[in-house]
Amino acid sequence: MNWAGLYTVLSGVNRHSTSIGRIWLSVIFIFRIMVLVVAAESVWGDEKSAFTCNTQQPGCNSVCYDHFFPISHIRLWALQLILVTTPALLVAMHVAYQQHQEKKLLVLTGHADAKHMEEVKKHKMRISGSLWWTYVCSVVFRLLFEAVFMYIFYMLYPGYQMVRLVKCEAYPCPNTVDCFISRPTEKTIFTVFMLVTSSICIVLNMAELVYLVVRACARRGQHNSNPPSGKSSFYGHKLSSEYKQNEINQLLTEQDGSLKDMLRRNPGLQEKGDRCSAC
Amino acid sequence: MDWGALHTILGGVNKHSTSIGKIWLTVLFIFRIMILVVAAERVWGDEQDDFICNTLQPGCKNVCYDHFFPISHIRLWALQLIFVSTPALLVAMHVAYRRHEKKRQFRKGDQKCEYKDIEEIRKQRFRIEGSLWWTYTSSIFFRLVFEAVFMYAFYFMYDGFRMPRLMKCNAWPCPNTVDCFVSRPTEKTVFTIFMIAVSSICILLNVAELCYLLTKFFLKRSKKAGNPKHHPNHENKEETKQNEMNELISDSCQNTVTGFSN
Repeated sequence: MNWAGLYTVLSGVNRHSTSIGRIWLSVIFIFRIMVLVVAAESVWGDEKSAFTCNTQQPGCNSVCYDHFFPISHIRLWALQLILVTTPALLVAMHVAYQQHQEKKLLVLTGHADAKHMEEVKKHKMRISGSLWWTYVCSVVFRLLFEAVFMYIFYMLYPGYQMVRLVKCEAYPCPNTVDCFISRPTEKTIFTVFMLVTSSICIVLNMAELVYLVVRACARRGQHNSNPPSGKSSFYGHKLSSEYKQNEINQLLTEQDGSLKDMLRRNPGLQEKGDRCSAC
Repeated sequence: MDWGALHTILGGVNKHSTSIGKIWLTVLFIFRIMILVVAAERVWGDEQDDFICNTLQPGCKNVCYDHFFPISHIRLWALQLIFVSTPALLVAMHVAYRRHEKKRQFRKGDQKCEYKDIEEIRKQRFRIEGSLWWTYTSSIFFRLVFEAVFMYAFYFMYDGFRMPRLMKCNAWPCPNTVDCFVSRPTEKTVFTIFMIAVSSICILLNVAELCYLLTKFFLKRSKKAGNPKHHPNHENKEETKQNEMNELISDSCQNTVTGFSN
């Protein structure tokens, strides 16, 4: 499992995202993950071997490196990218669950042919109802993780700048010792670059959140101002998606219930029951 | 996520490019990205380890290396290639948006929609006209801008494109002035010149593509102004034939590029 594997997993989610979500995913993969893999990793590659202290005291080098770099930039960025991309899996799981429900419904209503099943797999889910809430939560989590990591970065490496020289006095270094960091300017350039792309991603996430909320409010406003004729049908229309979901749930529980009754009355049908519970 | 993944992403855009655009993409992947990966990265691999200064003063080597190489050639080229190839994604997004609209029309059962099924919409190649022309032209413009900016950054940082053998350094903590020797300077100069030459070829191709698009646009406009009564059936037949030919050419080009990358 590497970055390519993550890309495969997340490309599937891409289909059910908004357009801003897709732009966000492209920025993440091209300007952050790809830059990390092809450029940044080689800059930080020799960070410990080329970290030189002005002393011959054994152990001083290691202790000073550990003191000034509790966790390397590269590892922090890798963690950040993994945590920021995984909330999208919440959406993928919800979509898979909805598709599963739809397939079950097709089986119950007798439309379980290959063509309809393929159609369920391929069609794009609308971001409405409970999927909207899942999607919004995933965006909120993304924002949260980005902000937390930006803060951690700032706490660990104040000012985001990599200095050329650090003065170390940890044991076993004798008194104060000058230690020199490898490629500080190149590291500063890449730190600033990654910071800028992180900020762009935060802005994209906020824009997506605003877009989703505005869209939901606009849809709600449309429902309220254009009610279909008749009081009963107004409520029917308002609750239609929930009504449909209730219907689906009822059909499924009835099917499960009748199956359990059948199994209790005819234990010989256990095998058939096992097969059915797998669908 | 590496250069191979970028190739997969951009390969899809290839279908909707002009012929010059396809040549540009091939030059980019074979003469720049591939050379970077299989050759240049090895040449610069030991750039810091073999950067030797005539002193035993700890820290002097680090400081002098940092002073003379604020950002390595390899990283600059990698960033340049990433920035130069991403405007093509604007075109890919626009094409995806158009496809989405056509699919919506098709699903609604619009009479005007001339496609027989969804598969045909997915495979269809869009002509570069209307808003897609503007997106395509903007993407070429951005490519040109990024290429020029990086060439300038290169020239500014490394004072010409030559790699000297010896550098004199007097940054603290180096005592007085110290001689520092760069590893493989001639090989680095050769590759730098090669990458600059290929970069210039790419700039020329982009300028040619821009001129081609503008010329085509003005010709079409003057034709429309000159012939107000056009025969739609006749024009459509010609465009259909051209589409078919372009499709055949792009398919064979795609196979060639895939063959190279494999």
